[in-house]
Amino acid sequence: MSKEIIKIEDLKRQFTMGTETVHALRGISFDIKEGEFVTIMGSSGSGKSTMLNILGCLDQPTSGIYEIDGVKVKDLSRNELATIRNEKIGFIFQSYNLLARTSAIENVELPLLYNSKVSTEERRERAIKALKMVGLGERMDHTPSQLSGGQQQRVAIARSLVNNPVMILADEATGNLDTRTSYEIMSLFQELNKQGITITFVTHEPDIATFSNRTIVLKDGHVIKDYQNDNIQSAANELAKLPKQDD
Amino acid sequence: MRLLNLFKIATKAIILNKTRTLLTMLGIIIGVASVITMLAIGEGSKESIRTTISAMGSNMITIKAGADTRGGVRQAASVMESLTLNDYEAIKNQSTLLSYSTPMVNGSGQVINGSNNWPSTIYGVNPDYLKIKVVDLQSGSMFTDTEVKTASKVAIIGQTVVENVFPDGKEPVGQMIRFNNIPFKVIGVLEEKGENTFGQDQDDVVIAPYTTVQKRILAIDHLNQIMASAISEEDAPNAVTEISAILRTQHKLTATEDDDFSVRSMEELISTFSSTSEMLTLLLVAVASISLLIGGIGIMNIMYVSVKERTKEIGLRMAVGAKGADILMQFLIEAILISITGGVLGVLLGLASTVFIEKFLNWPTSVALYSIIISFAVCAVTGIFFGWYPARKASALDPITALRYE
Repeated sequence: MSKEIIKIEDLKRQFTMGTETVHALRGISFDIKEGEFVTIMGSSGSGKSTMLNILGCLDQPTSGIYEIDGVKVKDLSRNELATIRNEKIGFIFQSYNLLARTSAIENVELPLLYNSKVSTEERRERAIKALKMVGLGERMDHTPSQLSGGQQQRVAIARSLVNNPVMILADEATGNLDTRTSYEIMSLFQELNKQGITITFVTHEPDIATFSNRTIVLKDGHVIKDYQNDNIQSAANELAKLPKQDD
Repeated sequence: MRLLNLFKIATKAIILNKTRTLLTMLGIIIGVASVITMLAIGEGSKESIRTTISAMGSNMITIKAGADTRGGVRQAASVMESLTLNDYEAIKNQSTLLSYSTPMVNGSGQVINGSNNWPSTIYGVNPDYLKIKVVDLQSGSMFTDTEVKTASKVAIIGQTVVENVFPDGKEPVGQMIRFNNIPFKVIGVLEEKGENTFGQDQDDVVIAPYTTVQKRILAIDHLNQIMASAISEEDAPNAVTEISAILRTQHKLTATEDDDFSVRSMEELISTFSSTSEMLTLLLVAVASISLLIGGIGIMNIMYVSVKERTKEIGLRMAVGAKGADILMQFLIEAILISITGGVLGVLLGLASTVFIEKFLNWPTSVALYSIIISFAVCAVTGIFFGWYPARKASALDPITALRYE
């Protein structure tokens, strides 16, 4: 039995908007085990974003339990949350969020700059290794403006890998990409998952879910579906099926 | 380690925004440069006053009769006849801090040589006078103690007198002149000394033995002044105290009575003038400081814009593990780097403009090390002070909001 990375029990999150209380999450429970590739689906207003923020330790639940890699997140201070984000989570965003006019390798190094345990040499080494993992070993000195959307997202993926996180958290990571490129990115995620990396992918696109091995569907702050995918599609195969591009 | 990384991040941000950074620095550069230049001008004028006064003899001590009350009538200091040769002898014999001293009487009158005449002042002194006043003879020689004792009618004259009573360029030494109809033999000519700080022509003088002036011109036996010079400039204030004590005993003043004389050293004069120029310097520096303040506000302005502009970047940094303190330090380091670099450039510009002012405007300047240190320190403080608020704002951002910021 593999280890539980994420443990969530009766998680609730409320926001107070003036006099009104908005219940974004109304009691959610699920676990994510090491090596899983989970997609969290839901339409807008389902509580998906709130879930993502809490999973990413950017936000705190109002009540309930959230544990990541054995650490209870509730009641941690701002600084302790920052350390958890730095050491246990790799973020990937829809709009890449790379630093402009900054080379790929420096972008990848970024999380390690905030980890004083990592030396300059080790930082560089790990950044190079991460960039090679995403197939950008040749473009380490390119700035984001010199890279295509898919390549920029690969840099972002390398950045999420560089701190050896217990989980990669992707927020609509293919939302800004065309079909071909999103399949490329999904196949990269599948490869990384095969190497044992736990991935949580938040999306509203149903076809993305077919590439994962488990899907959690949220609606109105509740989990309405949580199922194992027995027919996992290979993104690489789907990519091959696409009509050839004119070069 | 962590600080070093933050330092690198801040440096990078500055390099990425060269033009903006340079424009921001401009305020600081101008501020620092003007503070340094203004202080240099102030220091320069102070020093030039000091040199001028030193040239008049900075060790010089002047003793004059003071105001007194006679039978209820207050008398002006100048009409007092309380300073005597005995006082001079007492000072000369008892004082330990004086190297030279001379009695002095003076009167004005007409210097006549043939058909030329010129109004001037005659100073009756002893041979020490030249050493006290730090003047040399251009030609001839000073009268001797013997000539003082015998009240010889010999005189030394200054350049202005030479020009006016010997207009034909004849060598004055050995010639006879008359001062208020008393004939004097010119035995020396003073070298040119020019005007002093107060615009008084120091070359318009006739110097003769005090005995001669007392007996033959003024017909008095008191002294107008006693002049002395302290062993060194540092000894001058103590010498003043010493002389006062001697004169009080000499004049048999009781403890409750005020001095009936005044003793002044040049030191007091220097400090009076220095305080005037210090006032002026203060004013100049105040104006310059305002520009430094404006420079600081410029930094705050740019840092504030920079924080706004980089909100998303801040959000990302926080998402990947930057703590509030890291963000705070990053922006603070950035502000301090801008202000310190601006400070360095400002110091260089200030030094350059000081040289320019000295060379082309011929104003005396003197760059004081303290002005560099102060303006530099002010710079660093400005950076911290004006960088703090925007940096604080950046560090307090909520990572979720910052990440979504467009």
